[in-house]
Amino acid sequence: MRFFTKLFRPARIDYDLEEELHSHIQHRADDLERSGLNRIDAERRARIEFGGHVRFKEESREALGGNFIETLAQDLRFSIRVLRKSPGFTIAAVITLALAIGANAVVFGVLNALILRPLNVPQAQSLYGIERGSDKSVNQSYPDYLDLRDRNRSFEDLAAYNVSAVGIDTGNNPSSSWIMEVTANYFDALSIQPYLGRFFHASDEHGPNSAPYIVLTHAYWHSHFRDDRGVVGRVVQINKHPFTIIGVAPPEFRGTLLFVFPDFWVPIVNQEQVEGSYVLAARGTRGILMVLGHLKPGITPAQAVADLNSIGSYLERTYPKEDGHMTFSLARPGLAGDWLGSPVRAFLTALMLLAGLILLAACANLGSLFAARAFDRSREVALRLALGSGRARILRQLFTEAMLVSLIGGAAGLWGSVLLLNALSVWEPLPTAPLQVPVYPDANVYGMALLLALFSGFLFGAVPVKQVLRTDPYQVIKSGSTGRIRRRLTVRDVLLVVQIAICAVLVTSSLVSLRGLARSLYGNFGFEPQNTVLVETALNMAGYSGHKVPEMQKRMINALKDIPGVESVGLIDRLPLYYGANSSTVFRDQTGDLRPSNAAAEAMLYNISPEYFTAARTPLLAGRALSWRDDTNAPRVAVVNQEFARKVLGSVSDAIGRRFKMPEGTRVEVVGLVVDGKYASLAEDPQPAMFLPILQSPANQMSLVVRSKSDSQQLTAAIKNTMRRLDAGLPFTIRAWSQELESALFPSRIATLSLGVLGIMGAMLSITGIFGMAAYSVSKRLKELGIRMALGARRKEVLQAALGRAFRLLAFGSAAGLVLGILASRVLAAIVYQATPRDPLVLAGVIVAMAFIGLLAAWVPAQRALSLDPSTLLREE
Amino acid sequence: MSSQAQILPGTLDLLILKAVSLGPLHGYGVLLRIGQISGEALLIEQGALYPALFRLVRQGLLKASWGTSENNRRAKYYELTSAGRKRLREETEGWNRLAAAIGSALSARPEEV
Repeated sequence: MRFFTKLFRPARIDYDLEEELHSHIQHRADDLERSGLNRIDAERRARIEFGGHVRFKEESREALGGNFIETLAQDLRFSIRVLRKSPGFTIAAVITLALAIGANAVVFGVLNALILRPLNVPQAQSLYGIERGSDKSVNQSYPDYLDLRDRNRSFEDLAAYNVSAVGIDTGNNPSSSWIMEVTANYFDALSIQPYLGRFFHASDEHGPNSAPYIVLTHAYWHSHFRDDRGVVGRVVQINKHPFTIIGVAPPEFRGTLLFVFPDFWVPIVNQEQVEGSYVLAARGTRGILMVLGHLKPGITPAQAVADLNSIGSYLERTYPKEDGHMTFSLARPGLAGDWLGSPVRAFLTALMLLAGLILLAACANLGSLFAARAFDRSREVALRLALGSGRARILRQLFTEAMLVSLIGGAAGLWGSVLLLNALSVWEPLPTAPLQVPVYPDANVYGMALLLALFSGFLFGAVPVKQVLRTDPYQVIKSGSTGRIRRRLTVRDVLLVVQIAICAVLVTSSLVSLRGLARSLYGNFGFEPQNTVLVETALNMAGYSGHKVPEMQKRMINALKDIPGVESVGLIDRLPLYYGANSSTVFRDQTGDLRPSNAAAEAMLYNISPEYFTAARTPLLAGRALSWRDDTNAPRVAVVNQEFARKVLGSVSDAIGRRFKMPEGTRVEVVGLVVDGKYASLAEDPQPAMFLPILQSPANQMSLVVRSKSDSQQLTAAIKNTMRRLDAGLPFTIRAWSQELESALFPSRIATLSLGVLGIMGAMLSITGIFGMAAYSVSKRLKELGIRMALGARRKEVLQAALGRAFRLLAFGSAAGLVLGILASRVLAAIVYQATPRDPLVLAGVIVAMAFIGLLAAWVPAQRALSLDPSTLLREE
Repeated sequence: MSSQAQILPGTLDLLILKAVSLGPLHGYGVLLRIGQISGEALLIEQGALYPALFRLVRQGLLKASWGTSENNRRAKYYELTSAGRKRLREETEGWNRLAAAIGSALSARPEEV
């Protein structure tokens, strides 16, 4: 209670103390008066005898207890008063910190959500996904999965899943949904309990299409079934097959990926109904996206890997034709293992580092501002020292000021970053994929922001400490605060160089990624997305199978071609630069033993209609395109790209007419040669690719490429009509191809955007930093410059004297930053297409940008130096 | 002035307790009383008295109340609490032991060693 009284009534205590000290002096003066002095002299004498009034008062206050809070309150009041006196400085400092801390909080928020925060399942720490081979692919074949599941001794259980799209009809309107096909032990292996109804279990699986059940996510149940608890037991049509809804998952469980959220789960044994084809029996077809499970208690990841590898060598021995390179490793499952995990981790770590550098630059900036202020305030400091205030007390006050600024800045930055993170969380960046990254800030983010604010406050608050400790009150008061101009390297110079170097790093990396992005926008994809519309569907969603599939596809192509204004229509099963490209090992014609280790290459595999190359404008270099006559009765043929010819056929010039072998032994003749394109990602090296005719190699999944110059709205309407006329029950989507490409460009866009933002922040900090330093050095040396001018120095010499130092620091910092930036850009090459710092344009860009920053920052101080009037200046002093 | 000794660090509290134990005093009065009982031999910086007084109050050894002084001025009077009395006793004993020990140490002669 006493504590709070003290806390809230410091004025009262102050008054009490003041009165008591006053009373002491009066009593002493009474005595002195009695000894013969007059009253005025007596009081004066009493005061002198009393000693350092301020110091004793402070010490007394501390002795009174509750001092910490009270002194703090006092320091805070004083700080607020000081900061309000220089609003420009305060606002600049707060904004700088808000931006720097905000940037860190945002990057940390994303890092936290994607890397630090585990999947929302019980005991997530022991949950691992299994990766295969040296390239760490996560996909496995179903028979291999069964062997891993049943033969291992390290995992509690192993589950597997796939992401795919299906058509769902709940009664009136068929729509398409993203789903996860999972093994029936999925929920049990993850220890998830149903929110409603029940889950399926291992005992529900009895071979292909034996488990027509679905489990809804809470979100889908909420949005599509309006929380109807009677939904359990209802039958819905999935790809025209009846499935029973048996349960709803709890709201916090949204599947085992951090960025794709399915609408519901379907047992993988019903693959034929869900995907239109059943490949679970084929050991060589690695169609499962990921196998994952909890380690048994006490088993280390290394032990589990050894266990898996022994199963792997068993598989290699037993199935030499299908299983090669069966070595395994473990990875966190949330980002699909290292396939996505390692570039995301590398990029976010690099970004975090850069954001940290921004904060350091901001602290360097504020540190030198505070040092300059402390220098300018040396008179105030000296006065307080002379009045008996302790140095510790003055330092504490300066720190309070720094902390106040950094906490306000941190709070503002956190507020902004929370808004941004919340907006990011509901953002669906790609129109074609269920991609969503929930990065809602949690306690970690708030804690981090607070920590950063305190840390930076301490950091830049510490810069003027030495200065204050060295202050000699008598010197300062005697001679004013002009001080000497020190020629040697000061802390502020070092801070400025560091800051400029950081800025140059950021400018370099953002320019590198910008150039990479520009290149990929105008790069050679191997097709022209302009003036095309895509119609995407999967025929199995409307119940087509067998020979009905190619028949329907032919009808669709012809019907779409009849739309006025349409130039050509081509069909491809999966678009290049889209998720989930198909690939297959291929062998040279002379290879007899078709085991995976003897393969000539792993080639991208596309099934296309004859007119695809015309519609996509993929240039045919030699031979012929495919035709409708390439059907099951004709010899197997393919069109390949240049890289395929180089790697598999051994020659590009006479590739036509040569043959190669598919894994099952089929000989395929090459009839045409097309240019290399981009298939899996924009950043990839040339990949071998082959195009097979849909009549020989049918596919349910399809994208129709409709090339037309007519108005896209009219065209879209016409396409919709045509599609409905053909089959009203078939769900489909229509989109421009260029829009579809967003997904391929997304990583480089994000990289460029985030680096650009950090680059701009770095540049702003450098400008203010150089400006501060230049302006300060000009104002400190006004007198010297005036004398130089009076003695006849030319403008150039004055400028050199005033700003030479700032420019030398700029040049030094930029050079260091450029070198570091070039080193840092290696990380970027994995994300941004053709990101290379060895690009004259980038180098020139960095130099121009840094020079521009220097000019911009030094402009005002230079003007001030040049407009000096020596006569007024010299008269003033 | 030269006949006055700087008091040893840590002894100010003891002197204050002793001075107050002889009767309630205000701050200036404490100063005068210490001067009087030490035969004007000890020099105490006037301002330094107050932090020490407040510390003793906070430790619960003294209690303070406002009153009117012999000069008819408002003044804060300090008196010993029972804890203060106990502390004074302990410290006095401690001091005496120390003084005796130091005294005997300093009076030691070569032949006694």
